[in-house]
Parts: sequence; C-alpha cells; structure tokens
Amino acid sequence: LLSPLQVQTAALPILSVFPSRALVDEKFKVLVENLPPGCPVTIHSLHHSEDQDYWEAYGHYISDDRGKVSVSDDLSFGGTYTGKEPMGLLWSMRPVLGSRKGLRLRKMNVCTPMLMDISVYSRHDGFRDQAPLASVLIERWYMAPGVRRIDIRERGVRGTLFIPPGPGPFPGLLDMWGGGGGLLEYRSALLASHGYVSLALEYFSPGQLQTADLEFNYFETAFNIVKDHPQVMPHRVGIFGLSLGSIVTMALAVESRIVRPRCCVCISGNHCFPPGRTLAGITGEVDMNYDKVRVDENNYHIWRDVGLAIMKEPSSKLDMGKINCPILLVNGHDDQNWPTVESAEDIAEMMRAAGKEHLLTRLEYPDTGHLIEPPFSPHFRATNFIVNLTKEKVIMLWGGQTKPHSDAQEDSWRRILTFLQQHLYCSPSPKARL
Amino acid sequence: MDRKQCCVKLSVQPSRGLMDEKFIVLVQNVWPGFQLTVHALHQCEDGHSWEAFGHYTADATGTVNVSEDPSLGGTYSGVEPMGLLWSLRPVPGSKPGIRMRKMNVQTPMEVTISVYQGHQTEGFVDQVSLAGVLVERWYMAPGVHRIPITEGGLTATLFLPPGPGPFPGLLDLWGGTGDLLEYRAALLASHGIASLALDYLTPKISMEAGKLVDNEYFETAYRVLQQHPQVLGSRIAMLGLSFGCSVTLKMAAYSHVLKLRCAVCVNGSHVQPVDGSMTEIMHFFRENVGKVRFSEEKEVIWRNLLLPIPTDPSLKVDVGRLQCPLLLVVGEDDQNWPAYESAMDMKEMMERAGNSHLLTILWYPNAGHLIEPPYTPLVRASTFKPAQSPETMMALWGGETVAHSRAQEDAWRKTLVFLRENLF
Repeated sequence: LLSPLQVQTAALPILSVFPSRALVDEKFKVLVENLPPGCPVTIHSLHHSEDQDYWEAYGHYISDDRGKVSVSDDLSFGGTYTGKEPMGLLWSMRPVLGSRKGLRLRKMNVCTPMLMDISVYSRHDGFRDQAPLASVLIERWYMAPGVRRIDIRERGVRGTLFIPPGPGPFPGLLDMWGGGGGLLEYRSALLASHGYVSLALEYFSPGQLQTADLEFNYFETAFNIVKDHPQVMPHRVGIFGLSLGSIVTMALAVESRIVRPRCCVCISGNHCFPPGRTLAGITGEVDMNYDKVRVDENNYHIWRDVGLAIMKEPSSKLDMGKINCPILLVNGHDDQNWPTVESAEDIAEMMRAAGKEHLLTRLEYPDTGHLIEPPFSPHFRATNFIVNLTKEKVIMLWGGQTKPHSDAQEDSWRRILTFLQQHLYCSPSPKARL
Repeated sequence: MDRKQCCVKLSVQPSRGLMDEKFIVLVQNVWPGFQLTVHALHQCEDGHSWEAFGHYTADATGTVNVSEDPSLGGTYSGVEPMGLLWSLRPVPGSKPGIRMRKMNVQTPMEVTISVYQGHQTEGFVDQVSLAGVLVERWYMAPGVHRIPITEGGLTATLFLPPGPGPFPGLLDLWGGTGDLLEYRAALLASHGIASLALDYLTPKISMEAGKLVDNEYFETAYRVLQQHPQVLGSRIAMLGLSFGCSVTLKMAAYSHVLKLRCAVCVNGSHVQPVDGSMTEIMHFFRENVGKVRFSEEKEVIWRNLLLPIPTDPSLKVDVGRLQCPLLLVVGEDDQNWPAYESAMDMKEMMERAGNSHLLTILWYPNAGHLIEPPYTPLVRASTFKPAQSPETMMALWGGETVAHSRAQEDAWRKTLVFLRENLF
C-alpha cells in the first residue's frame, strides 16, 4: 500500500492497445509505459465467450530502461506463450482452469465484436493475487463497417450472405464448413470484409448428417444464388471449404455440369467422394470403416486411419485430373482427424498425370492440425464432437501443437487471400496477362 | 474500353479508429498511371453533408497510398495522410456558417471513402464510384463509461476510462455558446483520464433560475471529481477553450478549493474583472461591445473587445500567483479572442513574478480560434449564438485550413504529452 505522498507522486502505468477496434485478422500493438525500469509485469488477456466460458492468455515481461514494455518487440519469458509474439495474447488463449473440457471458441453472432480485456499486472509468479495496474477493453470484429448481412432462405437453400460495402460488383464465394454441421458465419463475414460476396452455407444440422437431404443439386443451387446476385460478377465465383466442406468443394469442381467455380480453396480436405453418390454416401464409407477409429491415452478419437482405409479404394475417390480451375490445398502434417497430406499427395499425382498440375497449389504445415482457422484464433487440439453415426458425444483429436499451428493459421490466411485476389479480382497489369 | 475500371480494391486501416488516430487509405488493382479521385463523404447529425477529395495518379504497380503519395489537387494537396478528414467542407448548396460537432459520442462518426475515375471536382453524388468503404471514427474507446452527472445541481457528463483505476481527473470547459459538449472529454477518457465535461453557461439551474452560476458551481464540479472512488483526487487538471480559459485561469490562480495539478488554456485570455462573478464578467464584455468589428463579409470580429490588454491589475487574473504548470495554446489568427496578446502579457507577468518555469506556450501562426482535437475540419466562420444573447450572428473564428489543421494535430499531441507528464 502506498502512503498518501506516494500516491501523489508515484508514476501511473499507462497501457494502450492500438488499434482498440480491429478486424479479427488484423494485428495490434500492446504497449505499457511509465513503469519503473527493469520491472517484472504480466500482460494478460481475458475473453468471456458467448457460451459463458472464460478464455485467457498471458506473457511475462520485464520493462526496459525507459520503463516500457512493447509486446510486439519484447520477449515473453513465460506464460501461455514465450518469445517475441506480437499476437500471442490471442492465439495462445485457452479456457481458464476449471473450465469444461473439449471447448472450442467460435463466434456465432458476427454482428457484434469479440470483447477482450487486456490488463497489465505487477510480477510474474502469483500475478493474479492483486488487481491489475491498468486494463483496457478491445474489440475484434468479423464484420468491417458497411458489410451487409442477409439471411438466405431461397430455392430450398439455407445460409447467410455477406456483401462488402461499396457499389460492386464483387467476386463471390460459396463457403462451407465441415462435419460438425450447423451454420457458421464468421469466415464469410471476414471474407466479405476483404471484398468478396460470401455465402455461408448451412447444409445439415449438427449430428444429422445421416438424414440430411443432401442432393448434389443443393450445393449447385447455392453456388448459383451467389452467381446470380446483382452485385456479383458471375464469372468470378469461387468455392471455399474446410474438412467435409472441402470434399463438397472438390466434388463440385470435378463433377458438376452446372457450376464452374473460378477457383477453389480447400482446407483440411480430401477427395473421397464416390462419384454419382450424394453427400450421405460419404458417411456410408466412414461408417463401413468405423472400426479403424482409434483412441489416444485421453480417450480422444483419432479418425485418420478411417481416411487411410477409404483412400485405398480408387472408386471412392474423385478423379481430380478432371478439374479445370486453380485449386489451393491447405493442410497440416499433424492432422489426426483425416490423412489430408496423403490425400493432397494423391490429388497431386492425379493432376500431374492429367497435365493439370499447374492448377494446383499446396500448403502443408508442420505440427499443424485439422482445424486451420482464421489467424489469431486459439488452437483447438481436441474438442467436443457429436459423431453422426452413433450420436455419441466424443472428444475429437484434431491435432497440432499450439505455436506451429498458430503460425500456420496466420501464414495460410495471408496466402489464401492472395490466392483469391489473384484469381477472383482481375489484375489489369500487363504482367498478369502474359 | 469505355467500361469503368473494374475490381478496384480500396481499403482503409483501421476501419474503426479513434478520432485522433491516423488511418492508411490504400487503392490497389488499378491500371498503372491511372488517374483517380479519392473522396470522403460524411453526413453529420444535423443532416448536412461534408465532402473532401484528392486527385492521385497510380504508380507502376497500380497502387495509390494516400499516406505516401501526393494529392495533385482537390480540397487538399501534397502528401496528406489525413487530408480526407481535415479538409472536409460543406457540399455545394449547403447553408452557410455550419459547424461539425458530434453531440452523441456513443456512436461513431461515419465517413464513406470512395474512389472515382479521373480527376473530378464535383458531381460525385450523381456517379457510381469504382469502390467504396465505410470508416468509423470514435470519440469513445471501447470500455469508456459515460455517466451523466446531476448531483450538486451540475449539468455535466463524466467519462471514465476502462480498467480498475484510479485515474487522474480533468475538468473540461468549452466556450461562449454554452451547451454540454462531450466529445473532447470522451476522447481524453479514451487516453486514460477521467474527464468531466461541464456545462457552466446553460446548465439546468441557470436556465431555471435565470441567472449565471458562480464560483461554487466549479467547486462542486471539482469535488464531484475529487471524491469519485475511481479518481485520484490529488491529480486533477483543468482544460478550457475560449471563455473556458477565463474560468480555468481564475480557478487556478485564486480558488482555495480547486487544487489543480496543471491547467491547459486554448485561445483564451486572463483579462476579466478579477473579483467579478460570472455575471459581472459578462457585463464587462458587454461594456466593450463598441469595439467589435466586422469583416468584409459582415462576420463579427470580437477580438478587440479585450484590447488593449489592461495594465490595471484588477482587470487581469494574476498569473504570477500560479503554482501549477500552465500550457497555453495560441492560434495567432484568432479573430474571436485576443489569444496572442493575452499570452504575451501572461508570459511577461509570470517572468516578473518568477514562476515562468511553469509556463509553456504553443504558438500557431495562421491557426484560428477553434483549435479542437485533430482531423476535424477548420471552421473559419460560423453562426454563433452567445449563451446570454437572443441574437444569432456569423462569428469569424479565423485560421487558414492547412495551418489550422497542422496546429490541431500538433497541439493535441503536445496537450496529451503535457497532461501525461503532469498527471501520470
């Protein structure tokens, strides 16, 4: 406790985060000033999720001779991340002690920002014992100002369309998530913030994949809803998928006689889609090989051997040699859910044999798991999942080690945006026309 | 190809910023050497539209970066990262004498930034732009709390920074129009200072009782701040603009209740009947109304009301008595108050008294009276209704756009440094 005179004269620490309102894929600078020189402090982030869980991260720092700590420039000596990590306070977040198991952090309402408290505490060990020296609130948004959100319930298709601000016309994207089901808007909202009209597609409810009415035609109609939109350039519509969504993406690119995507992005995907069958047919393949599911020492489900078994069957695979548009494959070497790298190898083989390898770009990241999300999202190594076949609630092992996985999220997102810009936004420079 | 250039990429970072933060406007994907106009459009709360624009030529990569490339013409020229905001002016056909002031600080100022083909100067609203984005500019950082204060008969709003506190405090006073202007206090709270915006000319009690407040009103405001559990009572500053300086200097020099850690005065004067109440001060001004002059456009020039600076000590706050640091911000082209002459006189008084080490003066040639937080447009003249008068007139504030905008940016930064040095 400080004496009245000390209160009058002691320097007050000043904490600032710039920008205080940002998109989720933008970096920030966290600065503490007016500390005594050589002062140990802990910088802490706290987020209260929509599901009412608490997520946190922290780093231990020491102020320099001018009493400053700059998270962008200084080393963290411990905490949930170490080293020089400008965004460690976000990507290393994890549920606080005592939380429920198998949690995943996903923003469902994208019209409001994620709120985070960034605080600076005295000390390293036991930093939580006292109130913070200072604290600020920051906002992280999926939607840029002016992005419009429109519920889509037409031609039997369910989803949400996000439209960038401005007159347009814009390139478009059909955006699909994976086997968890439901309607996840955040990636589409973010893509619209980067200038793409993006349709987040709902194609089955969680746990209901078996019974979902999933004709191929559903996806073709969804693609056309984007293509036909007055603010979309009809010849510049791509498809973006993750996991099961990637399978659909590749199937549309290869098999559809109705849609012609300009380009495809497939994260953690594979080409196991028996031709002519519906999406429910995929789950049939999984069901037949369910005995190959393993569990680790924590009883987490490992599915990658199921995928390896399916891949042994040539008739279970799409003929990727028939693809006619550029495709970007993004995968992690430590994917425990599906053998995505092996799948990418096989796809490359097929495309090479057909003289199409100039259309393929592969990004593969070491120690990276299945759930490759937009940058600075926490790493989800294993989370709760409802198995469609058995309706069991299990914990699914997705894989990855936090630091390399986070690096992969940051790097892949930048490359994905460059890929999309290259293929969906026209480039008028003469170089591009050669 | 007479089809417009397609696929232009326009981005502004950050897309949501504080009012005093810079942004980077980037145009990409146009033809190398392409001529374009970057345009800003803002509709303020009272419905008036303001616009600004710059003419650019894309480089060999087909890019224009407003922070690095020169504008070749428009409402601003040269390399001006924030020109799209500070050079905003009412669109053609607007009512004369309007002023841009945000009254609701809980919502952002929204500006549409667009790109148009060619170097254009008018008719933007009739065209379709090549691209457009929406930018939000906020007075309140996330987590800043806005608290209306009515205790003690005050008409005020307290802005508390986010965090546990406690925080240094500040009393924020505007000038002769009265009203409760919150935006500067909101912005100061966004910088960590618990700030109380105080209406002292048109507060509820004055309007009801029909008379001006006296010194007790300011003492009450100080006490409300000092006793607040999240405010450090020993670290309270006062900031005044225009007539707010008169109050600030008087309190700083004479009040037994207000113990100010430091004071900031923007374009004001120490000239006033020292023992006078507010009513007497207003009377003193009215006595000199014959000294008011008019510009060619019939705008009212008030600066001579208090000139020449009196030698009679009963007519000037004795700044030689000050015991706290004082920052004076002076627009040398102030046509409303004799800020320049007053600052010169205060400097001399403090040198004679031996306390001039407490004084810092920031002089800005060609800056006018209304030196506000940065990146809002200069208002050289606007309609003005003094608090105690039934008349509305066109007041000349002074200032030249570029110099005034530089002054706002520089003065704000230096004010924040001054406050940080003395309060943190």
